[in-house]
Parts: sequence; structure tokens; C-alpha cells
Amino acid sequence: MSDELILEVVTPEKMVFSGKVDEVTIPGTEGEFGVLRGHEPFLTSVDIGELYYIVGGKKVYYAINTGYAEVTGSKVTVLIETAERADAIDKDRANRAKENATAQLAGLAKEHDDYEKMRLALLRAVNRISVAEKSSQS
Amino acid sequence: MPSLKDIKRKVTAVQKTKQITRAMNMVAASKFKSAQLKMENFRPYAGKFMDVLNSLALRVDTSTHPLLAVRDPKKIRVICMTSDRGLCGGFNTNLIKATERFLREKTNEGKEVSLINVGRKGRDHFRKKATILAQKVDCLSKFDMTLAVSIADEVITPFIKEEYDELYLIYNQFVNVSVQRSSIVRLFPLPSIGQPDADMESDKRLDYSYEPSDEVLLQKLLPMYVHVLVYRALLETSAGENGARMAAMDNATSNCEELIRTLTLKMNKARQAAITAELMDIVGGTEALAKG
Repeated sequence: MSDELILEVVTPEKMVFSGKVDEVTIPGTEGEFGVLRGHEPFLTSVDIGELYYIVGGKKVYYAINTGYAEVTGSKVTVLIETAERADAIDKDRANRAKENATAQLAGLAKEHDDYEKMRLALLRAVNRISVAEKSSQS
Repeated sequence: MPSLKDIKRKVTAVQKTKQITRAMNMVAASKFKSAQLKMENFRPYAGKFMDVLNSLALRVDTSTHPLLAVRDPKKIRVICMTSDRGLCGGFNTNLIKATERFLREKTNEGKEVSLINVGRKGRDHFRKKATILAQKVDCLSKFDMTLAVSIADEVITPFIKEEYDELYLIYNQFVNVSVQRSSIVRLFPLPSIGQPDADMESDKRLDYSYEPSDEVLLQKLLPMYVHVLVYRALLETSAGENGARMAAMDNATSNCEELIRTLTLKMNKARQAAITAELMDIVGGTEALAKG
């Protein structure tokens, strides 16, 4: 078994991250899971949430959108629609998005087609805010 | 014969046009570069995605998924993807022609066809000629995956609800800077995926464990597959548009140069004619004086 773990975070726009890490934690749809090197081959879908990797004792957070993750013994590939590094998140924009989504959600019936869309938008905004706050603490 | 002044004015006008076309050429070139970069950045994502989808489709019975359901096509929807702006040669015209031909064919077969327009040019053309269900205009100058997602989601739900039976995507396939090919792709029902890939080495095909189960995962991946297809078409449209504009503006610039050359020649001739006429006058005048 190789002694390193490669993480690749890929979005349609660009390769967000590619490099060696010690450990990575991914928000799977069935719950958050951590990957160390030598993990069994594994494929799962990923939910809106926070992804972080640890390299040299330092944690780096990303706010990510839905997609999936592919784990092999020495490599983790995460394919998602968007990923933002915690320190690159525009908090004001996230806050505005949250307010906007909350307001819209209040005016919609649960059966409405847009309800689910707005709910996801709200979830994304809340997630981005919480990830952004993590970066300011560390 | 136009006067010297008229020709001079015309030359200046053409020169100004040339400046504009050259500037547009350069703007298109830089936009083309960024569109191309976007395409390159998308490639790893698309490649990985197809790998996983194929390996998943091989293990799961794909025929049951609603996005793959083949029905008797009575109602057809067409996504026509043009650019928002003109001045890019035959880019939009060719695509619109192809779309019209396709619409006519299907209508003649007695099918009910409606249109979804992406891009202002197509919308403007079809506004009064066809049933337009939805449109996305002024969105191509700057877009990301969310645009593809919103286009795709608008078509996925009605297909699953069986509101229509077939969906086609008509867009300009990007071949190279100066060549774009109008292509018609069937999106729904999705063409079969997961053909056993002979090139794929067997050791690359890892035996994964899946979470959630492989069927559920496929359910999630198929809509994403549609996003990928639409996003790729958008990227190709945007790269093709700017490539076509580059070529068109390059042509226009050299036409301007040609025009300036002939006009300058004409202008010089006119000037010479004027000088000759003046000289004749003077010579005639002095001769008359000498005689007198």
C-alpha cells in the first residue's frame, strides 16, 4: 500500500485542489466520513456541507455543493458542482443569500416547485456562513 | 465622378469601421481564450464523471430509470442554443436553419414540437414562428454550472412527469476556431450509457463498495450527467461564438483594407485630374496673354 493519500477536488470550472494530504473528511449523503490512506475502494454521493483535509496538522475547510466522491486506496477524488475555500468565501454575499432565501421560503407553499430549490439555496448559504466562520477561528 | 472631398470622407469612414472591426476581433480573441480555458478546465471533471458513470452503469440495470424511458414520441421539445449577440458570421444563421429544418421534419411527421431557446438570437428569430416554452437570454457572456443546472432541471421534471417524450439539443459543436458544426443531439431519453469499454483496463475497474446503494447513486448521477451534457454544449457555444466572431471580424478588417486601397487610388486619380485641369487653365491663360 502506498504511504500517501492524494486528494483531488474537481469542479466543472477548475481543479480546486490537488495534492498530498494526511486525512480528509467528506460530508457524504449517508453521513460524514473520514478517509485515511488505505481506505477500501468506495463510491458515494456527497451533500451540501463542509469538507476538510488535514495536512501537516493544519485543517483546511471547503464549503461544497452536491456531487460525489470516489475513494481508492491512495486517492480520493471529489467531483462537486462548486467548492469554495473557507477563506475565500464572501460572507456578506452568503448572508444576503441566506436572507433572500429565508424571505422567499416564507412566502412559498411546501408543494410549490420552487420550494425545494429555495430550501437548497438556504442550506448552501447557511453552510457557507458556517464554514467561513470556521476559517476565522482557526 | 465623385468629388475629391466625398472620396476623402469615405476613406475616413472606412478607416473608422476598420478600427472597430479590429477591436472587436481582439475582444473576441481574448474572450475565445477564456472560453477555451474554461473548456480545458472542464475536461478533467467530465472525464472523471464519465468513468464513474460508465462503471456504475455496467453494474446496475439502467433500463428502469425514468430518464432512460423510451416512449412513443408524440410531443417533442427542442433546446436551441444560439449566441446572444450577432456579428459572428454564419454562426447563428446556420444553427437556426438546422433547427428550422428539424422542426419542419418533425412537424411533418405529425409530432407536436415546442422550443426552448437559449441565447437571444434564436429567441428573436423564433419569437413569432414557433411555440416557445422557455427562454434564457443574455446569459452567455458570463455563465457557470448553475446555468446548465437551471436549464437541465427545467427539462428533467416534465420529462419524468411524462409531459413530453423526447428532448433534442441543437447547438454548434466546436471543431476549431473557424469551424463550428450544427449538431443535433438527443438528450431524452438518454442515449444508452455504460457500453462495455474495450479500452478500459481491467485493473482500473475497481470493485467499489457503494453508499448509498448503486441504484440510488445512479438516480443521483443521471441528472448530473444531463448537467454535464448541457454545460459542455454551453461551453462549446461560447467558444464557437467567439471563434466565429474572430474569423468574421478578421474578414471584415481585411475587406476594409481592400476598400481603403481602392478608394485611395480613386482619390489620387481625382486629385491628379483636378491638378491637370488647373494646369490646363493656367497654360491656356498664359497662352491667351502672350497672344494678346
